[in-house]
Amino acid sequence: MPKRTDIQKILVIGSGPIVIGQAAEFDYSGTQACQALREEGYEVILANSNPATIMTDNTVADKVYMEPLTEEFLTKIIRKEHPDAILPTLGGQTGLNLAMELVRKGVLEDHKVQLLGTAPESIQQAEDRELFRTLMNELNEPVPESEIVHTVEEAVNFANTIGYPLIVRPAYTLGGTGGGMCYSEEELKEITHNGLVLSPVNQCLIERNIAGFKEIEYEVMRDHKDQAIVVCNMENIDPVGIHTGDSIVVAPSQTLSDREYHMLRNASLKIIRALEIEGGCNVQLALDPYSFQYYIIEVNPRVSRSSALASKATGYPIAKIAAKIAVGYTLDEIINPITGKTYSMFEPALDYVVTKFPRFPFDKFTSGDRRLGTQMKATGEVMAIGRNLEESLLKGVRSLEMGTEELYLAKAEGLDEETLDKRLKRADDERIFLLAEALRRGYSVDKIFDMTKIDRFFLNSLNKIIETEKALIENKNDMAVLKAAKELGIADEQVSRLWDVPLDDVYALRKENNLFPVYKMVDTCAAEFESETPYFYSSYETENESEVTERKKILVLGSGPIRIGQGIEFDYATVHSVFAIKELGYEAIIMNNNPETVSTDFTISDKLYFEPLTLEDVMHVIELEKPEGVIVQFGGQTAINLADGLERRGVKILGTGLEAIDRAEDRDKFEVLLDELDLLRPQGKAVPRLDKAIETANEIGYPVLVRPSYVIGGSRMEIVYSEKELENYLAKSDGVDSAHPILIDKYLTGMEAEVDAISDGETTIVPGIMEHIERAGVHSGDSMAVYPPQRLSEAVKEKCLDAAVKISSALNVKGLINIQFIIRDEDVYVLEVNPRASRTIPFLSKITGVTMANIATKCILGEKLADMGYETGILPEQNLVSVKIPVFSFEKLRSVDTILGPEMKSTGEAIGYDKTLEKALYKGLIASGLKVPQEGGVLLTVADKDKAEMLEVAERFHQLGFVLYATQGTASFIQEEGDIPVVQVGKVGVDEPNVLSIIEEGKVQFVINTLNSGQKPRSDGFLIRREAVEHGIASLTSLDTVNAIINVIDSTTFTAQSISQQKVKQ
Amino acid sequence: MRKRNLILEDGTVFEGYGFGSEEVSKGEIVFNTGMTGYQEVITDPSYCGQFVTMTYPLIGNYGINRDDYETVTPFIHGLIVKEYSEQPSNFRNEETIDSFLKANNIPGIAGIDTRKLTRIIRKYGTMKAAILSAEEDVEKAVEELRNAEFPRDQVKQTSTSKPYVVPGRGSRVVLVDFGAKHGILRELTKRDCQITVVPYNYRAEDILRLRPDGIMLTNGPGDPKDVPEAIEMIKEILGQVPIFGICLGHQLLSLACGANTEKMKFGHRGANHPVKDLENDKTYLTSQNHSYAVNPDSLENTGLELTQIAINDETVEGVRHTKYPAFSVQYHPEASPGPEDTNYLFDEFLKIMKQQGKKQEVHIHA
Repeated sequence: MPKRTDIQKILVIGSGPIVIGQAAEFDYSGTQACQALREEGYEVILANSNPATIMTDNTVADKVYMEPLTEEFLTKIIRKEHPDAILPTLGGQTGLNLAMELVRKGVLEDHKVQLLGTAPESIQQAEDRELFRTLMNELNEPVPESEIVHTVEEAVNFANTIGYPLIVRPAYTLGGTGGGMCYSEEELKEITHNGLVLSPVNQCLIERNIAGFKEIEYEVMRDHKDQAIVVCNMENIDPVGIHTGDSIVVAPSQTLSDREYHMLRNASLKIIRALEIEGGCNVQLALDPYSFQYYIIEVNPRVSRSSALASKATGYPIAKIAAKIAVGYTLDEIINPITGKTYSMFEPALDYVVTKFPRFPFDKFTSGDRRLGTQMKATGEVMAIGRNLEESLLKGVRSLEMGTEELYLAKAEGLDEETLDKRLKRADDERIFLLAEALRRGYSVDKIFDMTKIDRFFLNSLNKIIETEKALIENKNDMAVLKAAKELGIADEQVSRLWDVPLDDVYALRKENNLFPVYKMVDTCAAEFESETPYFYSSYETENESEVTERKKILVLGSGPIRIGQGIEFDYATVHSVFAIKELGYEAIIMNNNPETVSTDFTISDKLYFEPLTLEDVMHVIELEKPEGVIVQFGGQTAINLADGLERRGVKILGTGLEAIDRAEDRDKFEVLLDELDLLRPQGKAVPRLDKAIETANEIGYPVLVRPSYVIGGSRMEIVYSEKELENYLAKSDGVDSAHPILIDKYLTGMEAEVDAISDGETTIVPGIMEHIERAGVHSGDSMAVYPPQRLSEAVKEKCLDAAVKISSALNVKGLINIQFIIRDEDVYVLEVNPRASRTIPFLSKITGVTMANIATKCILGEKLADMGYETGILPEQNLVSVKIPVFSFEKLRSVDTILGPEMKSTGEAIGYDKTLEKALYKGLIASGLKVPQEGGVLLTVADKDKAEMLEVAERFHQLGFVLYATQGTASFIQEEGDIPVVQVGKVGVDEPNVLSIIEEGKVQFVINTLNSGQKPRSDGFLIRREAVEHGIASLTSLDTVNAIINVIDSTTFTAQSISQQKVKQ
Repeated sequence: MRKRNLILEDGTVFEGYGFGSEEVSKGEIVFNTGMTGYQEVITDPSYCGQFVTMTYPLIGNYGINRDDYETVTPFIHGLIVKEYSEQPSNFRNEETIDSFLKANNIPGIAGIDTRKLTRIIRKYGTMKAAILSAEEDVEKAVEELRNAEFPRDQVKQTSTSKPYVVPGRGSRVVLVDFGAKHGILRELTKRDCQITVVPYNYRAEDILRLRPDGIMLTNGPGDPKDVPEAIEMIKEILGQVPIFGICLGHQLLSLACGANTEKMKFGHRGANHPVKDLENDKTYLTSQNHSYAVNPDSLENTGLELTQIAINDETVEGVRHTKYPAFSVQYHPEASPGPEDTNYLFDEFLKIMKQQGKKQEVHIHA
């Protein structure tokens, strides 16, 4: 059946800000879906509050609404646009929940909007634990024994009948938020309690633990003719018990016989048919390793993280096909875009092994609970393709950028056996490295299997790598052994370590012996049909399929996995750079390894190499393609870090030179630069050795800002108020790379602002200046940013421009540059310079309408801004006020302190824009997931240094009718100094009501907690902040944020005031 | 590791290392794109005399088990893989693929760029190939290969020589064994059929004497035109008893009705082949293994109508007789290995047998 003609206008719902459990994959699927719908001639209206996405580009949809993803705002959009239909299955859990809300409230019915893809009843059947279990029983598909509970007591009763261990799964939450495994009644009570709070329907499933079973996933598709297929199946190396988003996953399954494969396939198809899904669906199953017994764990009636992975793993574009199915097409009439000849009604045949690794944030959150369980903790992932499992695994390890290119962590060598065993059993983010360590120590595969339940097949594979490692050590310079090692995916870096020779020597040796990989195509069909897809991966095989063209080529390096500090923004910039390269007539080649992103969609570039981003892997592509040069500006720190090595090997880095990067990042050179340009900077110094730090800090005077140089997103950066604190900081810094010095700067309090500028070396334009709500000291990525600036004078703006022009010119910037300033008493201090794309590029591009990455790429390739009609200066400001609000994933990361500081902690961002700052802020806050209640209670516990400022805050909350709660010290301060009523509560640990109990009881809507100097881990403040997060209450740690929120509440509420009170105020 | 070579008749040489038997072997080289099911493939008699290239690079991961055989002794002449597993892992695993091939005297070769090989076969079609020791003279071997005549009696090699019964209480099926997969027997016994397996050259009158409710024409290796006696047999029984043909059985039914078959460039082998049922306009995923196909134009005036086609290249995948209770499919509804989506065809066969039985009862009583 051809496409539906009864609908013309379709509203697509995106997934909103990036949080753990819902990341870039929905940008990829949403973008694909929008494009597919427009291809078919539909008018596409998009709603998504995430400004960092490609999806929200105005080229992707006919109209883009970056409005909060709430029922309220969606209803407004529907009223305004009158779409004929709504497509909710491509915006993750957010999109799905929102659509259900609109159905429940009757909004869709009232406005005659049809729901495409999947019926509301089916969504409910898949999502609601009870309905799902009933359906599975009807289908005769096994589910683990379980009980739906609405109270902790019910959970305990159920546990008493079936025993422990058990798994708690809250209903309708993202990435298993709030769930967990419990081994005792105590744990059960705690986790169930949290789960009930986090579940929007206050429902949890308590389930028999089937940990240790094989975890298998099937990505299935179905059309309205009831034709159904499996796009891909995947096997988790980590057995059931660890969230699939946190598991190492291979595709296709490796240890399933045909009978097992098809038994589970049949079950998956039966389920998608029963749910009558029109589009894609993900089925997770657990398979007993000792029998044919299996259980259905979960069904996602929508496009998911796994489907993005399956799309990249097979080449089959699930979201695109799902969108076409949603508008009436059937699988047997949609052409498979990869072959261009065959139909989408088929199941891809892989002739390679795919591995997915999760990327964890524990390099940032060193104090976080690193143990893995049913709560997802990874912020991103990498995918690797190889012709054997080992090659695929090792490429994955290289792609992670965890400071090692091999299955080797130096610190694992020092672990005592007891710790090693414990950590193997109780998995954490480093387990794969610990497995390697155990094998090196001679643990048998059987022993490790007993401890981990990881299938012996995978353990044997790891062992093969370790055996080869030993062979390498014993046979230095042996080409046969080296060849075998390279075929297994072992990196030059590892050979260099084992042979104790420089990295470049290994490369030279291989070059001498012509030991290089070839490139194979990902074609969905194992070469059965001819394909022209420009999607390649490397392998040490004999035939190269990547045909090099005669055209001039530009290689763009992507940004790798999504992590804190390096998010989807860089993918946005990468994609736009590629478009510009194509526009100028070059062949655009991308290298990247992130399966979730738009940049790794093979339709974006002329050629895609799905490869790790290491010097070795990049050089291999360069050797083959011989591009004009490489662009590293858009790939974040990942790409920048490669520039040095590439240049050393004679590769041309396009755009701003390496020297400029060095001058901006090397503290001494940076100081000289600013002095030469006559620009102000906070006083500061780089100290090469740790013991010099204290001396320097004393010279500069406290407070100081300390951090290691060359870091992403302010990693390990802290504001230090005394020598003692500095000592503490230094003691914690044992892991800091001694090759790079420590930076110590005077901590200036002032307003923070930043600019992103584009320069061609002659002309420099500033599309916009952003002002931060939070004063300097909070990482720019965690600050609320406002455009156009509300508090900066024209003179200050001119000074910012002047700095941008001078610096760009001095560094001979070709492309983008980001400069951060502190504004104090009308003086502009330069805080930081990054001569590359920053994370604000998409935000600024969208609100100013200037496609910055595109223009910058043209500058990189030699075009002149003057020829594009620009002249040096700040571009005219837009009328609307826009704010960028950071979004955190603290509820998923236990033991992580929520306090904001110089180290970045946010995982994503939301946008709000409107006529006034308050309205924009309101939308932004709502979009970021915060509630902005107009009444209720506020808990204040602030540091002494903030008390005076806090008084104003207290007064304002009081005027707005909020009840104030505080502990004794703060309470008496407020009462005495401000004459404001305060409810006094006890400290942590004393009789109730205390600070924790009032949070637990829901008496407060905001928790305001600022840090006492001298960060003490596990302090009362920490407990208060965590308690707030666990209960979904806003925990605010900057008074600037608080004031902004009060302004918003103030502008949206009417207060009751007596006349006399006004008199008093006069 | 024994170094061995795989040579193709076009002179291409692949260097690899041997596993399984050390025999020098010749065969027709084909590829299969299934990602699981190597045990079923290796033991599928339809591959008699062939070298099977598995496009999935890791083979043998779950070992060889005692259940998933499609015949007692395999008939393939060689197995070509990128990598075979020496340490399989699965609860049913009995032995490695290496030891299995050794025991059955079948050579395997690993370390091959199977994707390159597959691309050659796709481009130039199936061809003759040999697996031999690395020391042997390549040119001489290629020359020999070019002149080699492969036997055409694969059906005889793989069929049972004597009839036997697989007892059951339900419909009585005579299964004509052209090299039948166990999968077909499994599907029929699952439906409680009483099955009499007869050799490929069993005469029509002997079959009819068994008073069957239906005839199952099985899969089998090679060119259908190499078994003319079967074509004659089918002509005689057509219209008297319901017939269900699979793969070679489908080709033989078509030939018996007067249609023609021809050899394909490289055939269909794998577990992901979409086939459209023209009668209900639905497409199913099927398991396939065939080098020959019925020419669609030749169906005219044969009494056969086209019921199913492969959607990607429009190969004839199923026919039905317009007058008689006879239908057949080119693919494998018994799966093993592969998707079980078209399993319902066996139910249809049973239904037809029952309906036909009722008709005859009416006839007798009338």
